[in-house]
Amino acid sequence: MENKTPLLQMKNISKSFPGVKALDQVQLEVQTGEVHALLGENGAGKSTLIKILGGLLVPDEGEIYLDGTKVDMKDVSSSESMGISVIHQELCLAPNMTVAENIVLGREPSRGPWHLINRKEIKQFGQDILNQFDLEIDAGEYVSNLTVAEQQMVEIAKALSKDNRIIVMDEPTSSLTEKEVVKLLDTIRGLKQKGVSVIYISHRMEELFSIADKVTILRDGTYVGTRNMNDVGYQGLVQMMVGRELSEIYTKPTVQPGEKILEVRNLTSGKKVKNVSFSLYKGEILGIYGLVGSGRTELMRTIFGIDKSTSGDIYINNKKVRIQNPQDAIKYGIGFVPEDRKEQGAILIQSVSYNVSLTRLNKLVKWFQVDHRQEDRLVEQYIDKLSIRTPSPEQKLMHLSGGNQQKAIISKWLATEPNILILDEPTRGIDVGAKKEIYSIMSDLAQSGVSIIMVSSELPEIINMSTRVMTMNQGEISGELTIESEITQENILTHATGGINNESEFAKS
Amino acid sequence: MKANLQSLNQTALKKKGSWTKLPMMNFVVSNSGILIALISLIVFFALTTSTFMTPSNLLNVLRQISINAIIAFGMTFTILITGIDLSVGSVLAASQVITIGLLFMGVPIIPALFGGILIGAVLGFINGFVITKGKIPPFIVTLSMMIMARGLSYVLTGGRPMSFNNDVLSFIGNGYIGPIPVPVIIMIICLILTSFVLNKTRFGRHVYAVGGNREAARFSGIRISKIEMIVYTISGVLAGLSGVILAARMSSAQPTSGSGFELDAIAAVVLGGTSFSGGIGKIGGVFIGALIIGVLNNGLNLLHVSSYWQMIIKGLVIVTAVYVDSVKKKKST
Repeated sequence: MENKTPLLQMKNISKSFPGVKALDQVQLEVQTGEVHALLGENGAGKSTLIKILGGLLVPDEGEIYLDGTKVDMKDVSSSESMGISVIHQELCLAPNMTVAENIVLGREPSRGPWHLINRKEIKQFGQDILNQFDLEIDAGEYVSNLTVAEQQMVEIAKALSKDNRIIVMDEPTSSLTEKEVVKLLDTIRGLKQKGVSVIYISHRMEELFSIADKVTILRDGTYVGTRNMNDVGYQGLVQMMVGRELSEIYTKPTVQPGEKILEVRNLTSGKKVKNVSFSLYKGEILGIYGLVGSGRTELMRTIFGIDKSTSGDIYINNKKVRIQNPQDAIKYGIGFVPEDRKEQGAILIQSVSYNVSLTRLNKLVKWFQVDHRQEDRLVEQYIDKLSIRTPSPEQKLMHLSGGNQQKAIISKWLATEPNILILDEPTRGIDVGAKKEIYSIMSDLAQSGVSIIMVSSELPEIINMSTRVMTMNQGEISGELTIESEITQENILTHATGGINNESEFAKS
Repeated sequence: MKANLQSLNQTALKKKGSWTKLPMMNFVVSNSGILIALISLIVFFALTTSTFMTPSNLLNVLRQISINAIIAFGMTFTILITGIDLSVGSVLAASQVITIGLLFMGVPIIPALFGGILIGAVLGFINGFVITKGKIPPFIVTLSMMIMARGLSYVLTGGRPMSFNNDVLSFIGNGYIGPIPVPVIIMIICLILTSFVLNKTRFGRHVYAVGGNREAARFSGIRISKIEMIVYTISGVLAGLSGVILAARMSSAQPTSGSGFELDAIAAVVLGGTSFSGGIGKIGGVFIGALIIGVLNNGLNLLHVSSYWQMIIKGLVIVTAVYVDSVKKKKST
């Protein structure tokens, strides 16, 4: 099998975006009936490579071969017509239509010169496909009534129903439960037997070791290597992914945490945050880990006043406060770098300067006008301090790399001189170099007495940056790890999946 | 990657160091598309008619556009925050009716003028209040207000036009300060004020933030509902002011006046390079947009083109100008 022409070859693929080289001479080779893992840190270029394969992006350089023949992947339909199907991380189902209608979307069975469709026929067609994969989902149900996991399974069923030769799955298990993951992995094994190739992207090493035949590793947009899964161990993979010693990237603060600065008591918000209590101390980095849907982001939104709390209290410096909106939170010295940089953090069509000074305008106004000289001074100070790489303060934020955008958003909050800084997924989608810089900024802030809450779904980041770790599961705090040696991957995962119900942590405060 | 960025740095610095530093040039460059359109129109009418390029006609053009421009300045605020204000034409009529009505009732001239502006402010505020508190799309709220304000004008007048003669009133509508018509002076004051508010004040920054990314603005501690209410109030005030000017120009009020004005204002805003997806647009550009429409109206009239054909030509010019602008913008990014 090894000597056969590979089913898919991507050769010397390069792609640049303004200010960033996303891919530089990357290659990927997939055999028929192979499960091929694509591994790399956030920002390594996996998504870009997949988007090129799916016809969503056109590469600047490089060729793609199918069965040894060069093909032109100019748009999504050409990719689909070659039997390639990409299941993107973001779900692409129409919520206002039924499951069956979604499955047949774009290829509805129709008859007659007016292409009349038959609702019953569509529903039957969809149900057959669902049954084929043992999915207990009603084909007539509206997608908006399904859980995220069910939607994911529908998405997969839709891709599988198209007789594809290559199926790309981008983080398919990120919102699935343990049971559903097992089902998905079984489905993939079945596909493999039918000779379908699967390109599988996931951060969960256990999954990769149980399902993948081969692995290709990318780092900072470059090709690192391809290995047989059996030949490499966990350590080896991480080494290839990160490309340097872990200690080089992470800088944990060394100060002892000081007095209690924030206390949350029995905070509840809707169904996502249930009776949460915890404290935050001066100068610590409190890592909060939880799977998607664990309520970690909602907890932060509630503390920051974006979501309304239904019950519970917040104390700052031992004084009870009411935070009803972000303005209140800012007044009490809280800053919030949200998880979705593009949607919630940055105003991309505006300049770096505009974004950085936005939270500080009240201090910059003189005679009803924004004082530009003071503003420039403020902005340049942060560009310098956080080494934001931008041609000028007037450059639009959308032309900067993800890491530099994130640094601008952090600057925006530092400009308010916060005592508490909440960072939700601070390094999502940015390259290793910028990550390292953001970690050292966080560490410096903690050293200088700012208390940091870092919400993250990246275990290495949680383990190596937090001075204390809390886990969340189904809207509740499911565990706390305070001793450095306790902060391990196994401990965090058991707590995060609700393995151990540790309630004693409230006793301390 | 670093080398890449450095070279980017250098080219950008070079660019910045040269002539684009002058604020006026910046304005010309960013509006080059519609400026070219405006200049070509002026040249065309200057060559084809003998009367277009005379000072009195040019001042006449400015006076003709003053009402549309003032409404369009307010409309710009609403479109910048991804909203719209369809009620401006009806609000104008209501303001006109209130102004003349107050004078009829014996109210002195100055309070009567303020009464007209005030009704605009109140109706605009109601728009903003319902949009933010009721979470109803601006299109629907202002459409309803458009119908209701029109109804109000009919109710107040019983459907009949009314007229009233007053020296101050006719000075505002038809007088001159030096060679310049009073409505033109009011328009220029509005131009300076609104562009100051958008460019220089904290409120202006917040308007662009809400339009650029509503979520990010919220996360940054900006009170979105407050900004929205102020924006719709501004639009109402400017529509009310236009109503007062129109009342002054005609020394009368008609419940039917101002219908379709919202579309002319939207056309000027769009011609001026304001993005319907929010956060992009300048008052200066909108002023040029209003000028293009005014020049076109005036020039075509001088050429004795029938008003039916004028509509077709106007539509074509708007869609072409916006198309050219969007092509230009795509190239530059």
